[in-house]
Amino acid sequence: MRGVLAPNSSRTMNQARTAPDKLDTDWLLLLAAWLLVTSATLGSLFFSVVMELPPCSLCWHQRIFMFPLVLVLFMGLFPFDPKVVRYALPLSVVGTVVALYHMLLQVGVIPESAAPCSQGVSCADVDLLVFGFASIPVLSLLAFGAVTALLITVLWRSFR
Amino acid sequence: MKKLVLVFGAAGILVGAFILAAFIYNNQRAEKLASIEKANPVENAFVRGYAQRLGPRDAKVTLVEFLDPGCETCAAMSPHVKAIVDAHPGRVQLVVRYIPLHQGADTAVKMLEAARKQGKYWETLQLMFDTQSEWASHHHPAPEKLVEFLPSLGLDMTRLELEMQGVDIANILQQDIADAKKLGVRKTPTFFVNGRLLRPFGLPQLQALVASQVAINY
Repeated sequence: MRGVLAPNSSRTMNQARTAPDKLDTDWLLLLAAWLLVTSATLGSLFFSVVMELPPCSLCWHQRIFMFPLVLVLFMGLFPFDPKVVRYALPLSVVGTVVALYHMLLQVGVIPESAAPCSQGVSCADVDLLVFGFASIPVLSLLAFGAVTALLITVLWRSFR
Repeated sequence: MKKLVLVFGAAGILVGAFILAAFIYNNQRAEKLASIEKANPVENAFVRGYAQRLGPRDAKVTLVEFLDPGCETCAAMSPHVKAIVDAHPGRVQLVVRYIPLHQGADTAVKMLEAARKQGKYWETLQLMFDTQSEWASHHHPAPEKLVEFLPSLGLDMTRLELEMQGVDIANILQQDIADAKKLGVRKTPTFFVNGRLLRPFGLPQLQALVASQVAINY
């Protein structure tokens, strides 16, 4: 096995040892992913804490996969450890799937009767649109999708 | 070092943006609330003529409480809210508005308004708060159980059950829910003092907000 999926990959370990302060591409990709998840986390907290919008159950499921990424990716930045992709990618992939499901539910592709949230806050209601077009699940999908793409790029580069 | 500066600099900017956005959002919300009050000081989304009051109507400090008879915090706050009105005799009026967020609370509100027609508003509200665990359990909300408790107040239950179905009461509930939505009320209880939202929530904060408005207006 090669690449970051292989435990104790010598290439990645050497990278970390030889260039502790070099802004190489992989590190910058991880940084971009970390900035995205941190912005998404703060944004979601803004909706619930400042605007007091109650999160629906699907929102909570997406939070479960988004919030830990802030800490997981941060730990991968200091010291630089490309293997963090092993732990971050599963979270972002599952988050993407939940966000996609939520978005399809909101636009009506999936009927609300199929949703796991008949009580409390409706997952299908659109409470607000950011920038006039993006509902909260759309923002979530964009963030999860972009983070997944960045992490896959790091993974792909390690296989080359 | 370069990496640390980059990451912590970016984190600082993000957190700073969050705080700034929160500040701007709260200011805009406060301005919007104030404009609703200024447009018509007598009848507006905060205060409706039909709403139950405690204290004189000409009191210059109006404490508006959006409550739900099934809400535990409303029950816990209730004696303290009355104490605040009593602490500033003649200067503070409490206006009760409804936002029935708990399941079955709309039925309780209708009963409460029907009891008001028999002159037993505050006693009924107190009894509803006291018996919350019986009828407003989150797992088994059963507002119909209130029918067992209310007769102890000497209410004419036949009349109450007829009057709680009235259109006037349905209209009150509908208007209160519409006003709550307009004011962005999403939690119970939510307090406004002369159009100012109590935030952060808390009893000392509420006492201080009322006291500051009394000081400004008297």
